[in-house]
Amino acid sequence: MAFDSFSAFVVMGGHGPYVWTCYGVFFLLVALIAWLSIRDRRQVVRSQQREQAMVSSGQADTARRARAGGGFQRIPTTQNESISKS
Amino acid sequence: MGQQESMSVRVLDPVTTSPGLWQSMIAVLRRDLRLSVRQKQDLLNPLLFFVMVVALFPLGVSPESDFLREAGAGILWVGALLATLLSLDHLFRFDYEDGTLEQMALQPQPLFVLVLAKTLAHWLVTGLPLVILTPMLGMMLFLDGNSVAVLCLTLLIGTPVLSLIGSVGAALTVGLRAGGVLLSLLVIPLYIPVLIFGTGTVMAAAGGSDVSGHLALMAAILVLALVLAPLAAAVALKISLSAS
Amino acid sequence: MWQFFHKLGSPKWFYGIAGRFMPWLLGFGLLLALAGIVWGLAFAPRDYLQGNSYRIIFIHVPTAFLAQSVYMMMAVAGVITLVWKMKLADVFVRAAAPVGAILTVLALFTGAVWGKPTWGTWWIWDARLTSMLILLFLYLGIIGLAHAYSDEKTAARAVAVLAVVGVVNIPIIKYSVEWWNTLHQPATFKLTEKPTMVPEMWVPLLLAVLGTYLLFGWAALYRMQTEVLRRERRTRWVKELIAAGGGSQLKSRGA
Repeated sequence: MAFDSFSAFVVMGGHGPYVWTCYGVFFLLVALIAWLSIRDRRQVVRSQQREQAMVSSGQADTARRARAGGGFQRIPTTQNESISKS
Repeated sequence: MGQQESMSVRVLDPVTTSPGLWQSMIAVLRRDLRLSVRQKQDLLNPLLFFVMVVALFPLGVSPESDFLREAGAGILWVGALLATLLSLDHLFRFDYEDGTLEQMALQPQPLFVLVLAKTLAHWLVTGLPLVILTPMLGMMLFLDGNSVAVLCLTLLIGTPVLSLIGSVGAALTVGLRAGGVLLSLLVIPLYIPVLIFGTGTVMAAAGGSDVSGHLALMAAILVLALVLAPLAAAVALKISLSAS
Repeated sequence: MWQFFHKLGSPKWFYGIAGRFMPWLLGFGLLLALAGIVWGLAFAPRDYLQGNSYRIIFIHVPTAFLAQSVYMMMAVAGVITLVWKMKLADVFVRAAAPVGAILTVLALFTGAVWGKPTWGTWWIWDARLTSMLILLFLYLGIIGLAHAYSDEKTAARAVAVLAVVGVVNIPIIKYSVEWWNTLHQPATFKLTEKPTMVPEMWVPLLLAVLGTYLLFGWAALYRMQTEVLRRERRTRWVKELIAAGGGSQLKSRGA
């Protein structure tokens, strides 16, 4: 241990604020990367699940109609649709 | 207008005439020059922009001769850089929109040769006039004669590099509707070395040291850009064309 | 070799193999990075010159290294996209670019905060910080271009060209910025080049660097898997995967 006490560890000889801000922002942004990645995955999986559930429960027609109507359909789904078709 | 002019390119049909590289390069060059001379506003805009940006610095920062003498080279270089950037969006856009570019890509000559000709034309109508204007603006910023001479020399070597690197960015963004802003974002980081060497050379000259080494370094960058940029721009143009 | 290449082109094969590697990457990455950071923060000796502020090095150097290597990796992936038209290379570029940009921001931020106690000012036009700033511009250009095209294939190739052009420029940019720096500040105090770094300092630094690289590997694979799922969602294997496990299983495989 390079420090005599816990308070000395926190103060860091006067440089505490700088060191702890850096580490705080570091962990914050690393968490942000993880959160963004997991959120993206969840979105992809959920939209795909919903689509498959609709198709498999014999609601293919309703699904198609909902997509054609467009109004309240999730936007990413319809966008991706057009890309994959082109 | 572009439609008529593109005929002169289409005449270079591979089956009937099959012109050499030089011929087709010169044909593209002449066509582009004629087009830009006809559109006088497009020709003048970057120059006016250059003069105005330079005039903003004495007004916005300080008209003191000490400040201007020190910052003059940097101001003129940044002004030239921004003026080039402003004109880049037009480099391929009109040809892209009226289909001429597609015809060029179908020519038997490699596309990068034609891209090089177009970039050269771009430099002749924007870069070169900027260099010619520089002595006058340099005097207005209290630069001494030696500095102005070196500054003009660096711009003479540097502005073709700006056009060449810019051609890659212009080729990448030509198919996009809002390409202009993105173009600046892509190209400015790549401009930084030229800017640094350009202003550094003038500063070294003002400090009384020999600048032939600096100029050789800039010339090396020019050669590198001359070799690589048209190739990259041609690849990028083909990608942009395949998207449409 | 060619069979390996061929297999790499198969998204399904990639999805499976990535899933097998990821727990190891995450586990060892967390272990090494946390060990390095805790060691560096609490146990490494105090620097005689900079005091305790130097402890920022244990995150500054890993993020700065990684930010630069990620750009290099993206350029390599760009070459692969242009030459072999391998789709996974493009998937990697898309997955890595935002992570690289965030890492660059981190390196800049920690560098600036470190500068305050060391130089007495938040920002200094030091060669390293300036190059990192330019690297950030390059990353933002790539992200901007990737989102500007609606067609994925065009975007992939355009971004590949930009990454390759950028990587050709990086040495020139570095050299020019260093030259410019000596022109303006003859005697700069270098942040990271400590000639007398005792093992108690560089060993934790090495651990932190290795750990962050492994963690990046995990993040890249996880994000690539997501992108593969999105692109391949019309295929049978993705449909079966989703039907069998659903979101929770997919998540646990990654996180």
